[in-house]
Amino acid sequence: MEPAEAQEGPSLLSDAERQRFEQLVLPHLDSAHNLARWLLRTEADAQDVAQEALLRALRFFPGFHGGDPRAWLLTIVRNASYTWLESHRRGGNTEEFDEERHGEPGASPEAQAIARADRERLRDALERLPTRFREVLILRELEGCSYKEIAEITAVPLGTVMSSLARARRRLQRILIGPAREETPP
Amino acid sequence: MSCEKAESLLHGYLDGELDAVGATEFERHVQGCPDCTRELDAQRSLRSHLREADLYAPAPPSLRRMIHERVAPLPSGGAASAPRPGRWRWLAAAAVVTLLATVPWLALRETRPGAAEDPLAAAALDAHLRSLQVGHLTDVVSTDAHTVKPWFDGKLSYSPPVVDLAAEGFPLIGGRLDVVDGRTVVALVYGRRKHVLSVFVWPSDGTPEAAPRAGARLGYGWIEWTHAGMRYWVVSDVAPAEREEFSRLLRR
Repeated sequence: MEPAEAQEGPSLLSDAERQRFEQLVLPHLDSAHNLARWLLRTEADAQDVAQEALLRALRFFPGFHGGDPRAWLLTIVRNASYTWLESHRRGGNTEEFDEERHGEPGASPEAQAIARADRERLRDALERLPTRFREVLILRELEGCSYKEIAEITAVPLGTVMSSLARARRRLQRILIGPAREETPP
Repeated sequence: MSCEKAESLLHGYLDGELDAVGATEFERHVQGCPDCTRELDAQRSLRSHLREADLYAPAPPSLRRMIHERVAPLPSGGAASAPRPGRWRWLAAAAVVTLLATVPWLALRETRPGAAEDPLAAAALDAHLRSLQVGHLTDVVSTDAHTVKPWFDGKLSYSPPVVDLAAEGFPLIGGRLDVVDGRTVVALVYGRRKHVLSVFVWPSDGTPEAAPRAGARLGYGWIEWTHAGMRYWVVSDVAPAEREEFSRLLRR
């Protein structure tokens, strides 16, 4: 867990630590921004939150003892993003998806339908996914995270990563093959 | 294996997260089951669309600059004493002029410090870029690991592991000898659509086992690790997810 907010953090690091931060953490700035962008869904918010997360990471860096720096940074980005989402609640998009109610996808035509999906449709469909599903897809498909890394970043047991991904992908397929515009929550 | 079981394993299979036994059982089931084959195809198609749709949102230069100023202020102290807002306009205009005049220099300077600080990363990147520029990708051209591996025999004191990853979408193109940081190394070349991935391998000479570490520079990303007495550097301009996946397949 992250410690409570420190005051003017960055100046607390020694030069050696700062250099280590540059070598280990900064190379993952793209990943940090990418995750924030997809969790928050707007570029301006993503920049603010990614910046805040990086500065927070810098403050907490003395507490980072080995491990995967990308997963460590993305955990901080994710926490910052969820905090932001909670304080700017936009309503509606974090509800749990009800498999029972929505049933299974029809078997055959999805491959062709998805083949027609262009970038904008994919982006749109991803943005309409509940946040928890969107994040596992982004981590897996865009960041190339392993299940172990996804479990670490999203704080879920390793055993549930596969089923979350399965549900997320089915939901995405359904949005892509469904009627051109699925009703969006008010 | 029942369809129900297969369905629950499908995503683990797709993501390369099943163990060898699980994967083999899954494949055996799919071969005789049109429904599961269709579902697997649909999922593969969804994945390739996601990965090819250019959805990745890298950090914009403004964010990168801001972070670098906070983390690594220039020694001159320019960043520490932030100029008053009114002066920004002039500074920005001056910056544009400077930028236009020095684009290649800037491209080299505006790198992520991870690589800039790391001479090996720089050397591996250079070797990769050199091979692309001089059109010298391979000395031995073959998609067959059993042809590429023996080619190195007698040329080096060690034998590099060469694996076939065509089924996973990374066909082997060939191999060559290269020089990284003053030592002769094995360079294996794999393809991914129109992109090239270089894998540099050499004996670790006592460097302890190390988990993968990644970085990027000039639009090229690298991942390096040490395993079983060998150091590995993967360099390519494929998407980060593909680089990760490729490296994971190599470590399998």
